[in-house]
Amino acid sequence: MNLRGKRILLHDNCLRDGMHPKRHQISIEQMVSVAGALDVAGVPLIEVTHGDGLGGASVNYGFPAHSDEAYLRAVVPRMTQARISALLIPGIGTVDELRLAHDCGVGTIRVATHCTEADVAEQHIGLARKLGIDTVGFLMMAHMTEPEELARQAELMESYGAHCVYCTDSAGFMLPDDVTARVQALRAALQPGTEIGFHGHHNLAMGIANSLAAVEAGATRIDGSAAGLGAGAGNTPLEVFAAVCERMGVHTGIDLYRFVDVAEDLVVPMMDHAIRIDRDSLMLGYAGVYSSFLLFAQRAARTYGVSARDILVEMGRRKAVGGQEDLIEEVALELQARAAGKSAADAVRGPAPSGMPAQHALHAEQELDA
Amino acid sequence: MTKINVALIGSGNIGTDLMVKALRSTQLAPIWMVGIDPASDGLKRARAAGLKTTAAGLDGLLPHLAEDGIRIAFDATSAYVHHEHARRLREHGIAVIDLTPAAVGPYCVPPVNLAQHAGRGEMNVNMVSCGGQATIPMVAAISSVQPVEYAEIIATVASRSAGPGTRKNIDEFTRTTANGIENVGGAKRGKAIIILNPAEPPLLMRDTVHCLTEGEPDRERIRAAVQAMLTEVQKYVPGYRLANGPVFDGRRVSLFLEVAGLGDYLPRYAGNLDIMTAAALRTGEMLASEIVAGRFDPRPLETGPGASI
Repeated sequence: MNLRGKRILLHDNCLRDGMHPKRHQISIEQMVSVAGALDVAGVPLIEVTHGDGLGGASVNYGFPAHSDEAYLRAVVPRMTQARISALLIPGIGTVDELRLAHDCGVGTIRVATHCTEADVAEQHIGLARKLGIDTVGFLMMAHMTEPEELARQAELMESYGAHCVYCTDSAGFMLPDDVTARVQALRAALQPGTEIGFHGHHNLAMGIANSLAAVEAGATRIDGSAAGLGAGAGNTPLEVFAAVCERMGVHTGIDLYRFVDVAEDLVVPMMDHAIRIDRDSLMLGYAGVYSSFLLFAQRAARTYGVSARDILVEMGRRKAVGGQEDLIEEVALELQARAAGKSAADAVRGPAPSGMPAQHALHAEQELDA
Repeated sequence: MTKINVALIGSGNIGTDLMVKALRSTQLAPIWMVGIDPASDGLKRARAAGLKTTAAGLDGLLPHLAEDGIRIAFDATSAYVHHEHARRLREHGIAVIDLTPAAVGPYCVPPVNLAQHAGRGEMNVNMVSCGGQATIPMVAAISSVQPVEYAEIIATVASRSAGPGTRKNIDEFTRTTANGIENVGGAKRGKAIIILNPAEPPLLMRDTVHCLTEGEPDRERIRAAVQAMLTEVQKYVPGYRLANGPVFDGRRVSLFLEVAGLGDYLPRYAGNLDIMTAAALRTGEMLASEIVAGRFDPRPLETGPGASI
C-alpha cells in the first residue's frame, strides 16, 4: 500500500467516545488536562461532550458528571491551535443544543444518524452550515447497509450542507475490504470538494488496518482516540495510527512523541477498566452490535443473572441501532424469564444479527430456545 | 345518530390511517381529504372511498367549508405549515384537531385530560406526538401515585412508518413530547428520545418510560395505576401492551411498552400511527358529541387587532 505524501486530519475522540467506558464521568479537570495536552501535541481536532453527543444526558444513556456546556466552556478557551468538535444525534439532541455548542465556541459540528436515516439530519446540518462552522455528517453503523445506499445517504447529507461525510463503523464489524468498498462509493458519489472521514472501533483489532484502507480509498479525516479510549474495545488507538502514518509517509502534522505521552501518561491512568478486546467487546465486532451497548449489557447481565454475550447477540439479532440502550434491559429480562423456564414475554424475533454468519446465528437461536 | 362533517388535511401516513378509522365512526363523517400531491396514495384512497379531494392544499378546501357543513378539521401535515392552517381555519370557524407537533393549542391525551377539554370549547387541540400518546398516560399514572421528579421516554419506530413530515420535524417531536410529559404527564422535568430503526421485517413500535419518583416508589400502588391505565388506553388502541415491567430500581420506575396497530393503512407494526390517529379520532368524536348536544358551537373568531391564536 503506497500512501506516501497524503495529508490527513486526525480527529481525537477520547473525550467523547471515551465517555462511554467512563460512564460519562470524566471530570472537568481531566477534560482540560487531556485536551490541553492533545492541543500541545498538535492534534488538530478534538471532540468533547457526553458520549451520546449533545443532549445525551439521560437515564437511558447515563447522566454525565457535568453538562455539555460546562465541559465545552472549560475546554474551548484553552485551545491554542486545536478546534473542538461536538457530536449531535437528531432524536436525542436538538438544534437548541447545537446553538449552545456554537455559542461555546465549537468549531466543528458532527450530525450523526443511522446509516439509512440521513434525512432526519436536514435541520441540524442546515443550521450548522448556516452558522458558518465546519459541518460533518456521520453515518453510523455503516456496515448495516450496502456501499451504494451509503453513498445515497451521504449525498443527502452533502445536499443539506455537510462539508464532510463519515463512514462510521460503530460496531467495529468491518473488515478492510468493507471499508474500501464504502469509502470508494462515497468518493465516487460526492463532490470533489466534500471530504470523507472514517471512524473505527477496535473490536476485531481492525482499527488501524481499516483506517489505512479508508485513506487509500480517499478518506482525509480519520477518527481515533488516544490510548483507544472509546466504546467497546475502544476506538482506533490514534497514537498508534499516527506512528503508522509517519512510517508510511502520510502527513498528520502531529508531534508523535508528545501524543504517545498523552496516551500513556494521561489517558491510560483515567481508565476504569483496561480498554481491550475482551470476550464481550469481541462479540460486538463479531455480531455487528453498537459498541456503546457493552457496559449496559454487562450491567444488565449482573443484575439479571444472564450472560452479557447472550444479550449482545440478541441485540444483534433484533437489528438494534445506535441509541437503543433501552432494549438491553428488556432483552435481559426476557433472557432471565426464558432461563427460569417461564413463558418469556412473547418477544418478537427478528432474523439473524446483521452480517452474522448463518451457522452461528442458528447456534445462537438454539441457545436462546433452549 | 347525527354525524358531524369533518375534513382531513394531509394525505400522508397519518392522514390516510385516520381516514380509514373515521370512515368507521358513528359520530364523524369524513367529507374532504386535502393533499398537495395529486398522485399521493392517500388522495387516491380517499377518492376511492367517496371523499371529495383536493391537491391544492388548504386553499382547495376553504371555499367548500360552508357548503359542505364542515365543523371539524384534522390537520396531519407538519408543524411548519400547521401554524398557518390553524390561523385560517380559525377564521372560518372550524374546530381543529392538530396531529402535528406544532402545539398551537393545549395538549390532548385522551385517557388523561380529554374530559377536561370537553365543554371548554377549545378551537384547537394538539395531539402531542405518537411517542407522547404512547407514554404520557403511563407518566400520568405514576404521577397520580406520587410526585415524579423526572420522566424520560424513548420511542423506537420502524423507519417505514416515519414519513417525511416526522423526519423533517424530528426536533419538534422531542420538544413537544418532553413538554407533554411535563404538562399532561405531571413530571417536573421531561425528556423524549426518538429512534428510527430500519430493520426488515419492520419492528413494532416500542416505548420505554423511565420515571424517577420523589422518594421510594410505592410499588403496589404504581403497579395498580399502570394496570388501570393500560386498560384505558386499550379501549381505543387494542394493540397497546406492557411487554415488561414495571421494573423498580431505587427511585427509577421503568416500563417497556409495545404498540401494534390495527393495520388500517400501514401494516400492524406501525402502532405509532394508530395510537395517534385513534387518540385524534376519540377527541374528534368528543367534540362532535358536544356539537350535537348544543354545548359547543365552533364559530369564526374576531380577528381584529389584538386577536391572537
